Amino acid sequence: MAASVILEPCHKATDDTTDNAAASVIASLCSVTKKFGPQIALDRLSLELRQGEVVALLGPNGAGKTTAVRLLLGLSEATSGEVSIFGGNPRDRASRLRLGAMLQVGRMPETLRVREHLQLFSSYYVHPRPLDELLAVAGLEGLQERLFGTLSGGQKQRVLFALALCGDPDLICLDEPTLGMDVEARRAMWEQVSRLAARGKTILLTTHYLEEADALASRIIVIQKGKVIAEGTPKELKAADSSRTIRCTTSLQPSFVSALPGVTSVQQDGNTMLVRTPAPETVLRTMLERDPALSGLEVRAAALDDAFLALTNQTTAVTR
Amino acid sequence: MATSPVIYFNEARFELLKLSRNRSFLFSMIGFPVIFYLLFGVVYKNTVFQGQTIARYLLAGYSCFGAMGSSLFGIGAWLAAERGYGWLEMKRASPMPAAAYLLAKLCVSITFAVGITLLLMILGTALAGVHITTFEALRLLSVIVCGVLPFASLGLIIGLLMPSNAAPGVINLIYLPMSFCGGLWMPVESLPHWLQVIAHGLPSFWFARLALRSLGYGHSSPVLAWALLAGYTIVFLSAAAFIFRRQEAQA
Repeated sequence: MAASVILEPCHKATDDTTDNAAASVIASLCSVTKKFGPQIALDRLSLELRQGEVVALLGPNGAGKTTAVRLLLGLSEATSGEVSIFGGNPRDRASRLRLGAMLQVGRMPETLRVREHLQLFSSYYVHPRPLDELLAVAGLEGLQERLFGTLSGGQKQRVLFALALCGDPDLICLDEPTLGMDVEARRAMWEQVSRLAARGKTILLTTHYLEEADALASRIIVIQKGKVIAEGTPKELKAADSSRTIRCTTSLQPSFVSALPGVTSVQQDGNTMLVRTPAPETVLRTMLERDPALSGLEVRAAALDDAFLALTNQTTAVTR
Repeated sequence: MATSPVIYFNEARFELLKLSRNRSFLFSMIGFPVIFYLLFGVVYKNTVFQGQTIARYLLAGYSCFGAMGSSLFGIGAWLAAERGYGWLEMKRASPMPAAAYLLAKLCVSITFAVGITLLLMILGTALAGVHITTFEALRLLSVIVCGVLPFASLGLIIGLLMPSNAAPGVINLIYLPMSFCGGLWMPVESLPHWLQVIAHGLPSFWFARLALRSLGYGHSSPVLAWALLAGYTIVFLSAAAFIFRRQEAQA
């Protein structure tokens, strides 16, 4: 199976916005190791962001997603390896002027109005986006005079999103951007992210919602234990997981089905049976022979969740 | 790329706006020195100490008390909270110069300290019959403005080290004993001898000395007090820089 782990030579991020824009690398982590004392958070990890891409960083908790984002933002320094943004150091003001970040913030000053928060952040940049535009993009119209402390959780998230966009940045890092949002607000934000990408902006997002990565990302990077274990488009990652799920109602015993050659797992859910196998045809032939009354048959390809689980479980098994 | 002075101005303006809308902060910052001054200064206004009324003595003492509070809480407690909740990370990932953030907090602390001092001068003059000349008032205000620095630096250390929920408690543990021993609430001379010995090692004592001197208490040279306050500032700032660099290396 194995989604291909793409090992590329490290390119230094170049500030090349004029020609060949689609392929130019604007930010990169090159063989970066980050240690916290004896604990290794990132292990010679390399990744590249190219202009106009929406890249989703996926991985179980503690995989190193946030560490990677913090290194890219210059909030933390690599133990070894190289971090480069627009051909420079992320801590340079010139880099930060082209960078926007939405981080996970527990609380922020509650006695400032939405408008005032945006005004202050906008004043940090040379060419800020107009206030009206920011309010529209983040869906904050009509809320500009509200004190931050009086907003709902989802509205607060949207203010953080607007703060990331204040400087009209070329690279936008979003750490769990839709956490605490309802479905409608989440879809509205997805649309804005797609629009930013269409304007040539590069977006890096970390998320727990696989649906979000599937809907938004042009490329997904799966990290586990500080290493990239897979990288590709959502379609490629799904294809890499070649197993199918058979769903049916049958009188066959789960123990019998799980003993059939090629079956990876069997799950009994009421009178519905879920069988995972890379060879659905062979398995089904036997099942139909043994149970002519088998009904409600459905065979589906792996969803991104399955691909993700298969990837992370597999490497866990290998490292044991 | 040069940073615009507008950033520094805005940072300070919004910091002041943020704190002036926070009622519990305002009450504890301005309320405590004012209430204590009314209770102990105005009520006992006829008590005489070193040839002058106690209301005059306490005007200097509570001005120092207010200045220490606004710098320790305004910098220490807020830095601890904004650092702890991740808000500081948002700001640090932006192009905001770190100096703008710290200077804004310092300016706002000084603004509150000056405001409290002016308020106490008005109360003392109106209610306790304190007479101060313009020259004395300006001298006291300049002592307050400069004397904030060691406490602001100490606040920086607390803000960097303490978790947000522990910071106010820790600040009170430092602030209140230091105010008491430093002679801010009552003359140091009325404290037991061993406390007087401790007092001479506290920045609050030397701060109060200078404030009192500006109102005509004591005639010794102010050089030693200023030198010690400058020394405390340098030591605290160096410690804060060391802590910050160590935290950066571990971040």
